[in-house]
Amino acid sequence: MTLADLAPGDTAKLDEIDTRDPGVIRLMILGMVEDITVRMENIAIGGDPLEVGFFGSSVSLRKEQARHFKVTRIAQSD
Amino acid sequence: MTEKTEVKIPLSGIGIRHKARASIALIGNPNTGKSTLFNRLTGLRQTTGNFPGVTVEKHQGTVELGHSAFNLIDLPGIYSLDGTSTDERIAVDVTLGRVPGTERPSGLLVVIDATHIYQGLYLLEQLLELQLPTVVALTMIDAATANGISIDTGKLQESLGGIPVYPVNSIGGHGLDDLKDGLEKIKEVSPPPVPASWPEFSETAQQLSQQLGEDWQRIDVIQALLQTHPDYAGKLSRQLGTEPVNNLRSRLFGDEPPAAVEARRRYQWVKGVIDAVQVHAPLYSKLGARLVRWTNRPWPATLLFFTVLLLVFQAVFTWATPLMDAIDSASSGLGRLIVEQLGDNAFSSFLADGVIAGVGSVIIFLPQILILFLFIIILEDTGYLARTSFLMDRVMRTVGLSGQSVIPMLSSFACAVPSIMATRVIPDRRDRIATILAAPFMTCSARLPIYALLIAAFVPNQSVGWMNLQGLVLFALYLLGIVGGLGTALLLKTSALRGPKPHFMLALPEFRKPNLQTVAIKLWDRARVFLKRAGTVIFFVAILVWLLAYFPRMESEQPLSMTTVEQSASANLELARSAAQMEQSWLGRMGRTIEPVFKPLGWDWRVSSAVIAGFPAREVVVAVMGTIYAVGSEADDQRLSEKLRAATWPDGRLIFTLPMVLGLLVFYAWCLQCAATLATIRRETNTWRWPLFAWCYMTAIGYGGALVIYQVGSLL
Repeated sequence: MTLADLAPGDTAKLDEIDTRDPGVIRLMILGMVEDITVRMENIAIGGDPLEVGFFGSSVSLRKEQARHFKVTRIAQSD
Repeated sequence: MTEKTEVKIPLSGIGIRHKARASIALIGNPNTGKSTLFNRLTGLRQTTGNFPGVTVEKHQGTVELGHSAFNLIDLPGIYSLDGTSTDERIAVDVTLGRVPGTERPSGLLVVIDATHIYQGLYLLEQLLELQLPTVVALTMIDAATANGISIDTGKLQESLGGIPVYPVNSIGGHGLDDLKDGLEKIKEVSPPPVPASWPEFSETAQQLSQQLGEDWQRIDVIQALLQTHPDYAGKLSRQLGTEPVNNLRSRLFGDEPPAAVEARRRYQWVKGVIDAVQVHAPLYSKLGARLVRWTNRPWPATLLFFTVLLLVFQAVFTWATPLMDAIDSASSGLGRLIVEQLGDNAFSSFLADGVIAGVGSVIIFLPQILILFLFIIILEDTGYLARTSFLMDRVMRTVGLSGQSVIPMLSSFACAVPSIMATRVIPDRRDRIATILAAPFMTCSARLPIYALLIAAFVPNQSVGWMNLQGLVLFALYLLGIVGGLGTALLLKTSALRGPKPHFMLALPEFRKPNLQTVAIKLWDRARVFLKRAGTVIFFVAILVWLLAYFPRMESEQPLSMTTVEQSASANLELARSAAQMEQSWLGRMGRTIEPVFKPLGWDWRVSSAVIAGFPAREVVVAVMGTIYAVGSEADDQRLSEKLRAATWPDGRLIFTLPMVLGLLVFYAWCLQCAATLATIRRETNTWRWPLFAWCYMTAIGYGGALVIYQVGSLL
C-alpha cells in the first residue's frame, strides 16, 4: 500500500521510496524519508492534494507523488 | 581656530585596512521566528511573515554588543541548500559568498524552531559543511512546551559536536542576552571538523578540496558532487575527469539521485538526535489544538475561506466609507480655501485643481487599501494564507499551475506589486512567470475608484433578490479579473510556457496567533509605500495633467468680476467656458488626435484623454475625468456622475450609454495601466521582454473586450 491509500487520521510507517520523481526528492528534503511515522492529516476536496504530518510538521503534497511512498499502516482512524 | 595645514601622506602609507565590519548571516527554516529575532537583535524595523518565503529582500542590521558590533544579514527562510526556488538560491548564494557586493559572512546564526527541530537540524547539518563559526538559537520554546515537547539543550549541544545552543523566546525576549554573549564570542567557536550526520561524505569532500587546491572549499566540492550547483559540477568533472567523478558518485550515492541519498542519511541521524534530546511532556490544552484541526478539514476550511473573502469585501466597502468621506471633504475644502485666499488665477488653479484634487483623489483610497491589507496581513500571520494554497491547488491545476500560485494571486487583489514579489516562492520558472502575468489581472485597489464612479453613475441602486445590483456588478468585475488572469495562465501554460506538470509541495505552518506589533509594522509599511507613490508618481502625473489641461489659455478670457448674487447665476456660464478651455487645451488636442483610435469603443476625446493619462497609474483617471469635465477642485463623485450622465456627442447622442460603460469597465478590468507593475515585472523576470509582452497583451485584450461589448451591445 502507498501513502496515497491512507484515510484521514491514519498513521503509517514509510517503508520504501521511489526516488525517480524529482518531486519526491523535494519531499525527502522536507524530511519524508524511510522509517519515519507519518499521519494523514487531511485530504482536500476532490481527493487531492494531501496533508501529511510528521515530527510536528505538516507538508502538503499531491497524490501523484504520494504513490511513490510505500507504507505500512500502523493505526487506523477512529 | 588653527591655521589650515596640508600634510601629504602617501596612500600606501595609511594603515587603514578596508575591512568591513564582520557580518553574521541569520539563517533558518521559514516560520521559525527568524525575522522577529532579527528585529530583537538589531532594533531595526522589519517585518516577519508566516508563509514560507516572506523575507525575500536582503535585510541587514547592526547588532551592538558590549565591546563590538557586527552586521546581521537576514536571509530568506529555507529548508535546504539545494536551491530550487529563488529564495533558496538567494540564501545559498549569500552564505557561500557568491553574491557580488556582499562579503561572505564570517559566522552563522542558525535559527531552529523548537517545535520543528527535525527540519531545523537537517539544514544545520548542511550548513556545518561551510566550516564557519556557527551558533544556534532555539526559538519557540513556549510553543514547544504548549505542544508537550521539552528539549534537553545540553544534550543537543553535545550531539552537535559542541556548537553552542541558546534557547530564546524572541517575542518575550528571554535568553536574548545569553545569545548576544554567545555572538560576541562567535569567533572562538570552532565548528566540528565534520558534521556528525554523514561523516564519510564530508571527509571525502574534505580530502578532495585539499587535493584540488585553494579554489575549492569543502562546500564547493559537496555542491559539485550533489550536482546542486551546475557550474561547480562541470568544473569538478573537468579537473578530475568525468569517469573518476562518476565512480565517486556511484560509490557515495549508488544509482540514486544524490539529493535523495543525502536526505536519507542526514535525516536518519537527525531522528536519532531527536530521540535522545526530546522529551514528550503531557499535553494540557488539547481543546484549542482540536478546534484548529477541525477547521483545517477540507469542508470547514473551504467554508471559512469563502466567509472570510466575503467579510473582507464587505469591510473594504462599508468600513472605509466614513473615512473616505472625511478625506474627500477635507481635500475639496482645502482646494476651495486656496481659491478663496489666492483668487482665481493660474497658481491657485495649479494648487487646487492640479495638486490637491489630483493627489487627494488618490489618497482617498488609503482607508480601503489599509483595510484590505490588514486582512491579508492577519491571514498571512495566522498561517491561514498558506492553507488556502492547499485548498485551492485543485482549482489552480486546471489552468496548469499549482497551489503555490494562490498566495500571490490573492494578494494582488490589494496590489500587484507585492504579489509579483511573492511569486519568488514558486520554484519552477515557467510557473512563476505565468503567475506573474496573471497577477495584474486581479482587481487591485487602484481599480476600485473608476469602478466605484462608473457603477454609482450608471448602475441603478436597486435590489435583485437579496443582492444589490451595484454590488453584483462589482462582484462580476472581480470575477472578470479572475477569469482574465486564470485564462492567461492557461493560455501561457499551454503555449509559450509549456512544461512538466508542476509539483505541489508546501510546508503548512500551524495556526498562530497574529502578533500585534508585527501586524502594525507591516500595515505601516504598506501605508508608507502607498503614500510615497501618491507623493511621487501620482503627484507628477497630476501636475502634468493639470499643465496639459490649463494651457494654452483661451484668448477670449475675460476678467471675472462678480458679486455673490451673480455668482450662482453665472455658474453655468463659467462651466461652459471651462469646458471650452478644456477642449482647446493640450490635453483636449491630444484627446482629439487619439479619438479615432477609441471611437470604435464609443469613447469621445474626453474619455480617451482620461484613459491615456491613466497609463502611468490608473488611480489618476478619476481625477483626470474631474478635470476634463470641468468640475474642478470640488470633484466629488456626485457631481462628476451627473456630468458623465449628461455628456453628449456633438450631435446630441449620449456618450455614456450602457454598452459603452460596460466596455469601459472591461477595458479597466483587463488593461495594464500601472508603471510600478511593469517595473516590478522587469525586476523579477530580469528582462524587458515579459513586461513588454504583458503590456501589449493586456492592452490588446482590454481594447478587444471593450470593442466587442460596445459594438455588439449597440446593435442590440
